[in-house]
Amino acid sequence: MKKNILKINKSTRNNMVTIGLIVIAYAICQSMIVTGNMSNLLQNLLVSLCYYSIMAISLNLTVGILGHLSLGHAGFMCIGAFAGAFFSKSMVNTIDNTFIRFTLAILIGAAFAGLFGVIIGVAVLRLRGDYLAIVTLAFGEIIKNVLNVLYIGYDKRGIHISAEDAMSLNLDESGVVIVKGAQGISGTPRDATFTIGVILLIISYLIIVNLVNSRSGRAIMSIRDNHIAAESVGINITKYKILAFSISAALAGVAGVLYSHNISSVQSSKFGYNMSIMILVYVVLGGMGNLRGSIFAAILLTLLPEYLRFLRDYRMLIYAIVLIIMMLFNWAPACIEWRKKFSFKNLLGSVFRKTKKEV
Amino acid sequence: MEMLSVKNLGISFGGLHAVDSFSITVNKGELYGLIGPNGAGKTTVFNLLTGVYKPDMGQIILDGENITGRSAIEINKAGIARTFQNIRLFNNLSVLDNVKVGLHNDYKYSSIAGILRLPKYYKTEKAMNERAYEILEVFGLKEEANVLSANLPYGKQRKLEIARALATSPKLLLLDEPAAGMNPAETDELMETITLIRKKYDVTILLIEHDMKLVAGICEKIFVLNFGTELANGLPQDVLNNPEVIKAYLGE
Repeated sequence: MKKNILKINKSTRNNMVTIGLIVIAYAICQSMIVTGNMSNLLQNLLVSLCYYSIMAISLNLTVGILGHLSLGHAGFMCIGAFAGAFFSKSMVNTIDNTFIRFTLAILIGAAFAGLFGVIIGVAVLRLRGDYLAIVTLAFGEIIKNVLNVLYIGYDKRGIHISAEDAMSLNLDESGVVIVKGAQGISGTPRDATFTIGVILLIISYLIIVNLVNSRSGRAIMSIRDNHIAAESVGINITKYKILAFSISAALAGVAGVLYSHNISSVQSSKFGYNMSIMILVYVVLGGMGNLRGSIFAAILLTLLPEYLRFLRDYRMLIYAIVLIIMMLFNWAPACIEWRKKFSFKNLLGSVFRKTKKEV
Repeated sequence: MEMLSVKNLGISFGGLHAVDSFSITVNKGELYGLIGPNGAGKTTVFNLLTGVYKPDMGQIILDGENITGRSAIEINKAGIARTFQNIRLFNNLSVLDNVKVGLHNDYKYSSIAGILRLPKYYKTEKAMNERAYEILEVFGLKEEANVLSANLPYGKQRKLEIARALATSPKLLLLDEPAAGMNPAETDELMETITLIRKKYDVTILLIEHDMKLVAGICEKIFVLNFGTELANGLPQDVLNNPEVIKAYLGE
C-alpha cells in the first residue's frame, strides 16, 4: 500500500512541477513587462505561446495518449476561432463585461470544436495509422476551405448563411455581415491577454492529466497499447476513442478562441496543414505522451523563427536545420543519459540528500 | 449445471472449414483442456467464443444466456475473459494499471468525475486499488505493481495476463497456451496458480495447451480437436491413450 501512495504522489508531483514552471515563467514575463525589459517582439508573442502550447498538449492527447495520428488538428482550432470570434463580435454591444463575454466565447468555441470532433471522430476513427492521418488531413482542409467561402451575417430575422457572396445573404438594413469569406472575421474585440492565456493553458493541462490518470484515461491508453486486448476486457473502444478525440478537438477550439481574440482578424487560410504539421512537430519533439515536453517544444519552436529573423531569407532554412539537430539530439541515448544526470530532479535530489546527511 | 454449452459451432475462411460442427459442454467449476495438433483450430474456437470472429453456424450458450454473434465487449460483460497465445499486455501501463483496466466495468465513475476529481473519483480509485492489489497478491505480483508491464520477465507477463482477465470477474476463463515458452519450474508454478485461482475465484476454466504434463496434471476433462472437428472427448486417461489421438499427434 505504501508504494501505491508514493505512485499517486509521483504523478501529482509531476503535474505540480509543470504547473509551477508555467507559473514561474509567467511571473518572470510579467515582471519583465512591468520593468520594461521585454522587447515588443516578445510581448506580442506571449499569447501565441499560450495557444500553441494548448494546441500541442491537446494534440498530444490524440497522438501520444490515444496513439492515433491526426494531421487535421488546425481545423478544430479554426472552428473554435471562428465560433468564438462570431460570438464576440455579435455580442460586443450586448454584453459589456469583457470577462463574461470572453468566457462565453471560449465555451462556445470549445463546444463547437468538440462537436465537430465527435462528428469527424465517428466518421474517421474506424481507421488507423496512415489511413487515419490522411483522412484527418482531408477533414482539416475541408474545414479550412469551407470557412474560406462562407459568408455569415444576421439581421432581425435571424442568421443568414451563404457560400457565394455578401449580397446573396439578403440582409435587411439592420443586417451585419460577420464572416466575410476569405477575409474571415475582422474587428473581433481583443479580449485575449497573456494572463488569460496562461490560465487557459493550466486548465487545459489539468483537464488532460486528470483525464489520463483516471478510469477513462487508462481505457484510452489500453486502446493505444493493444486494442484487441482492450476489447477482450470489455473496454468500449469506439466510445473512448471518440471521447479522447473530441476532448482534444475542444481544447484546440479553446486555443482557436484565444487566437482570434489576440489579433483582431482571423482568416481560415491560416489554419492549413502547415499549422497542423507544425503542431505535430511540437508533439513529436516534446515526446509522445509527454505534456510538459509538448509545452517546452511549442514555446521553443515558436520563439526560434522569430529570433532568426535577422537571417532574412535564410531564416526557414536555418530553422529546419536547427529542428533536425534538435530531433537528433533530443532522442539520442547519450543525450538522454546526460539529461538524466543533470536533471532538475537529480540536482535538487543531491542537495536534499546532502542536507539530510548533515542533519 | 452447465456453464458453457456450444452446439455445432462452425466458421470457414474462404474454402477452409477452420472449425466444423464443434460441440462441447463445460460444467460449472470444471477445468477443461482443449488440445490438438498445430493448425487444428483451437485458437479459432477461442476467437469464436470471445466474439473476435462471428460464427457462420452454431450456438454458444453461457450460463443459460445465448451469446452467439455478440461483440467481444458484450461477451466479456456476459462473463467470458481470455488470455492470448502471444501475450497482449498494455505494455506502457504499469502492472497495477493493467489490472485496473480489467476492473473497468466493475468500478465506475464518469469521465467528468475523473477530470474534476470529484469525491467519487477518490472513493472508486481507492476501492479499485484495493481490489487490484488483492488480485496481484494472489499472483505474487504485488511487489512489481508499479513496474511497466513490458519490463516484467516472461513468466510474470503470462501471469499478469491471467490476472487482468480475472479482474473482469468472469464466469468462464479461457487460457490460450498459458505455459507456452515457460521452463518446467515456471510451468509447475503456473499449475499451482491455476489451482489456486479455481479455489479462490470460483471460475470455470477452458485451456488450450501443448504441455502434456500440465494437461494431464490439472485438467479434469480433455477435448481433442483435429482439422476443426472433434477427435476425442472425455477423461484424461481415456483421451490420452486413445490410438486416434496418438496418431494425430505423432503420425502413423
